[in-house]
Amino acid sequence: MSEPLVSIHDLTVAYERHPAVHHVSGSFAKGSLTAVIGSNGAGKSTLIKSIVGLLTPADGKIELHGLKAKDAAFLPQSVAIDDSFPISVMDVVLMGLWRQVGAFRAIGKRERWLALEALSLVGLEDFESRSFGSLSAGQRQRVLFARLVAADSPLILLDEPFTALDARTTLDLLRLVTRWHDEGRTVIAVLHDFEQVRRFFPDSLLLARQVIAWGPTEQVLTADNLLKARAMSEGWDEAAEICLGIGE
Amino acid sequence: MSSFYDLLIGPFADFAFMKRGLVACLALALGSGPVGVFLVLRRMSLIGDTMAHSVLPGAAVGFMLAGLSLPAMGLGGFIAGITVALISGLVSRYTTQKEDASFAAFFMISLALGVLLVSTHGSTVDLMHVLFGTILAVDDAALLLMASVASVSLLLFAVIYRPLVAECFDPMFLRSVGGRGGVVHTLFLVLVVLNMVSGFQALGTLMAVGLMMLPAVAARFWVRQVWSLAGLSICIAFASGYAGLVLSYRFNLPSGPAIVLTAGGFYVASLLLGGNGGLLTGRARRRHLAR
Repeated sequence: MSEPLVSIHDLTVAYERHPAVHHVSGSFAKGSLTAVIGSNGAGKSTLIKSIVGLLTPADGKIELHGLKAKDAAFLPQSVAIDDSFPISVMDVVLMGLWRQVGAFRAIGKRERWLALEALSLVGLEDFESRSFGSLSAGQRQRVLFARLVAADSPLILLDEPFTALDARTTLDLLRLVTRWHDEGRTVIAVLHDFEQVRRFFPDSLLLARQVIAWGPTEQVLTADNLLKARAMSEGWDEAAEICLGIGE
Repeated sequence: MSSFYDLLIGPFADFAFMKRGLVACLALALGSGPVGVFLVLRRMSLIGDTMAHSVLPGAAVGFMLAGLSLPAMGLGGFIAGITVALISGLVSRYTTQKEDASFAAFFMISLALGVLLVSTHGSTVDLMHVLFGTILAVDDAALLLMASVASVSLLLFAVIYRPLVAECFDPMFLRSVGGRGGVVHTLFLVLVVLNMVSGFQALGTLMAVGLMMLPAVAARFWVRQVWSLAGLSICIAFASGYAGLVLSYRFNLPSGPAIVLTAGGFYVASLLLGGNGGLLTGRARRRHLAR
């Protein structure tokens, strides 16, 4: 495997002492495009939130090579965002430049130009002064992708980016993800649609609180592995008793 | 012509207490307007109300120690309000209880304690004063306090504006880029309590929150940007203060309820006529589409 960008060492993350991610080890190679899959509660979101530094591991550690957690560009699940908030499309995209401008530095011509470029890349030219809340769900997700473009980060993490989007929007945004991959960025996305994963994602990580399989997608998405993942999530409650001392 | 003057300007030219009341309204509007807007945006509209009540025991202790002095009552109220806000915040962070639930619990404890203190150590008149305030009895010290709170609020808002907006819109994003959402949230709560304290001399703890929330929710029916919401909300709050004072002078009404009811009038008018989702304007648009 090539040089890793994110290495995970025996990671356990727990909510109220119940581990959501359990003894996960492995690494995301620099420039890789990986889908994280698994059933609800399999720890997919937990894993990527931990990589961004939003959750503190109960055990083990996450190592980022050559960048800090806050340098990663992260797209939260859409439910985490207040879509009735009175904010313009421009301001949402400019948020992506937080690493450069932070809380206080001025936003000038260059920043606005970068934001407009990002908007045109997601197919939303002339949308900059529209109110975010007045857009359709698909357009809102395009704006949030433009925010990721503006962030210009080597590591991009997406938490269920295509949930409840129509086919056209999904395809456009998947093309953007592929473009990021071609540009050499490392992309990690939590996904549900296996068809999408097979078509667009060279690598996959199948989670059921622990790693079931991690590697090239065709070797991960096998009937055998999926069955194993399902059995793992169902049999979890009994298994939880065995691992003592986590997060206590 | 002269009757207009008598009605709208005369009282303020003739009486120092009306003048002071008007300046107090301006100071309150400048601070409370933006605070109210962010309370609404953070879905903390009702938490503002509970915060206002939790100020009471502190104000009561201040009153017991120093008599009817706004700085003493204000300081006591500020300490009580901040304590309730911080304890509730900690409880929601370290237990599964949500912030609104822990706020409700601590504000009830605080309110009961306050009423107990006032009724054992003061008269009913004092309790009424703390609960309902008297904007026409605002003295220079109180005015200075209100003006200082307004200045501090506007300056602090300027400093935390960008992270505060980011934190309201997408808290997870702000944390992921290393923004200090928790610090911003705490500073904002300090502003809420400061403005409550500033408002209770004029409007009382019961109604201080009225001049905060009503202009903010009314503005929501007209404009769609955070800065314009804050600006409009300041204007509505000040207009309510002015009109409320005029009404209270003309019809001999208590000033606090007159001001808050005027703000309520602005809200109902905006609800019906507002260009941004108002009931009547919205219906007109639907009819238009049906044709």
